[in-house]
Amino acid sequence: MAEKILMKGNEAIAISAIRNGVDGYFGYPITPQSEVMETLMKEKPWETTGMVVLQAESETSSINMVYGGAGCGKKVMTSSSSPGVSLMCEGLSYIAGSELPCVVVDVMRGGPGLGTIQPSQSDYNQIVKGSGHGDFHNIVIAPASAQDMYDFLDWGFELAFKYRNPVVILSDGIIGQMMEKVELRPVKPRRTREEIIRDCPWAVTGKPASRQRNIITSLSLDADVQEEFNRKLQRKYAAIEENEVKYDVYMTGDAEYLFVAFGCSSRICEAVVDILRSEGIKAGLLRPITLYPFPYKEIGGLAAGMKSIMSIELNLGQMVDDVRLAVNGACPVGFYGRQGGNIYTPEEIVEQFKKFNNLV
Amino acid sequence: MTIEDIKKPENLVYRKPSLLTDNVMHYCPGCSHGTVHKIIAEVIEEMGIQEDTIGICPVGCSVFAYNYIDIDWQEAAHGRAPALATATKRLNPDKYVFTYQGDGDLASIGTAEIIHACSRGENIAVIFINNGIYGMTGGQMAPTTLIGMKTATTPYGRDPKLNGFPLVIADMIAQLDGTAYITRQSVHTAAAVRKTRNAIRKAFEYSSKGIGLSFVEVVSTCNSGWKMTPVQANKWMTENMFAKYPVGDIKDILK
Repeated sequence: MAEKILMKGNEAIAISAIRNGVDGYFGYPITPQSEVMETLMKEKPWETTGMVVLQAESETSSINMVYGGAGCGKKVMTSSSSPGVSLMCEGLSYIAGSELPCVVVDVMRGGPGLGTIQPSQSDYNQIVKGSGHGDFHNIVIAPASAQDMYDFLDWGFELAFKYRNPVVILSDGIIGQMMEKVELRPVKPRRTREEIIRDCPWAVTGKPASRQRNIITSLSLDADVQEEFNRKLQRKYAAIEENEVKYDVYMTGDAEYLFVAFGCSSRICEAVVDILRSEGIKAGLLRPITLYPFPYKEIGGLAAGMKSIMSIELNLGQMVDDVRLAVNGACPVGFYGRQGGNIYTPEEIVEQFKKFNNLV
Repeated sequence: MTIEDIKKPENLVYRKPSLLTDNVMHYCPGCSHGTVHKIIAEVIEEMGIQEDTIGICPVGCSVFAYNYIDIDWQEAAHGRAPALATATKRLNPDKYVFTYQGDGDLASIGTAEIIHACSRGENIAVIFINNGIYGMTGGQMAPTTLIGMKTATTPYGRDPKLNGFPLVIADMIAQLDGTAYITRQSVHTAAAVRKTRNAIRKAFEYSSKGIGLSFVEVVSTCNSGWKMTPVQANKWMTENMFAKYPVGDIKDILK
């Protein structure tokens, strides 16, 4: 039987990085994710796998270290929380614009500004819709457990290298701090130099006589070249939207009411569905696992048969815009959210659900 | 002696370094960048380390350095080159990693990155072109602009009350324990070019010794930005820039 260990979501990220052959982690302390770097420093992976772990002088610097490492074809990552991720947006734009793979973990806290150190899901717009200048997307995956934190890191690198695109693991203070059992998967070794040269012919690995020099850049001053590059990115995003949408459903088979919630909120909404079902109300839940690409088709498909859909988020209404686009008027769309580090109880959501649907 | 005799290989006294590409440089005539590029190409060729060298380009006039020297390059965001180079070197400790940065890039927007790369003692070489002005964006004030110097954003001359004082970055980082070799050179005469070549070679050599960061500042001209002829710019540099930025070694921990 596979080994299961009780650990925090943040610790799961660190342990997963070491066990999945990550080459480098570059970070900067910020609550509520500091356990990621603390765990790595305690584990000293440079003595075992050879993984580099470095505390940078800022998030600006750590994301640019990731940009440098990614240019070498290495598996590199960073983690931060919302205000730190704001600083990383410049780097994410360069990484996307240079078509490099990397994984960034955002353990969300409340904003705007310094906000709060408590959990939130209010980086949805920043990470799913923006995170820097230019026409680009991060691939965004949303864990809902410590096990997801462990597993999504490896999956994140798989997607990052498949599409040469930044992947953001959009987590939150609840998932990062919560302790759960985590099953450790088989160890993957770090890739050798030869494997990197074979798999990443674009990487700056030192120019041998046998090939042209490799240049990692996002700069092209020729308008037509730049436009064509952006169209190429859009073709890549179309392929991602076609192939990589991932979601989970709970009790949707005969559902008349649907909840849409991601991350920690999806776990709370499972309890909401159970309460409503016990009262004879046919509720179901769709949990988007990929936030970009978003499961528009799947939510749209379910909307036709629903009396209403509610988006439940630890913010004041961000993903609900995507839910509305997916539903496209097929049924009423409601929203309930909390902010400031406050977390809704299932009963609270049930009450808001009944109010919205005139079931009181 | 005919032209054909003169062209014989045994009469060759000078040639373009093999690592300098045939791309036509975008630099203005008289600019120091082309000379420093040539020196770097020569040093990498001399040391036989083309396959072992990774360069990090800045934002500024030398943003296209990757078009001219035939090695693997990565383009950084403005000021961030030392952060990239940190990761590149730590993940590839057997490579020679260097950044090439101007004064706006290194001494203004990138001060945090260069100071902390120095402080951590990253085993990289930094080539710093200091011409006292932002060239690429059209001649605005740089942190290194001299007092009284006219630029697009100091049209009446740099006034310390309004614009603060010139930043002498090489002397600052010489104070940091993580730096191994700090020198300030120039390329306005043949003798100066030879000294700069030796300095850059030493910086590359030191960067493979695991003793900390090496830094070669090249006090340079931007005759377009300074609105002078190349000859006037060289003269103005020696008469004005050298007073604030004197050439010579500042630190060498192996001496």
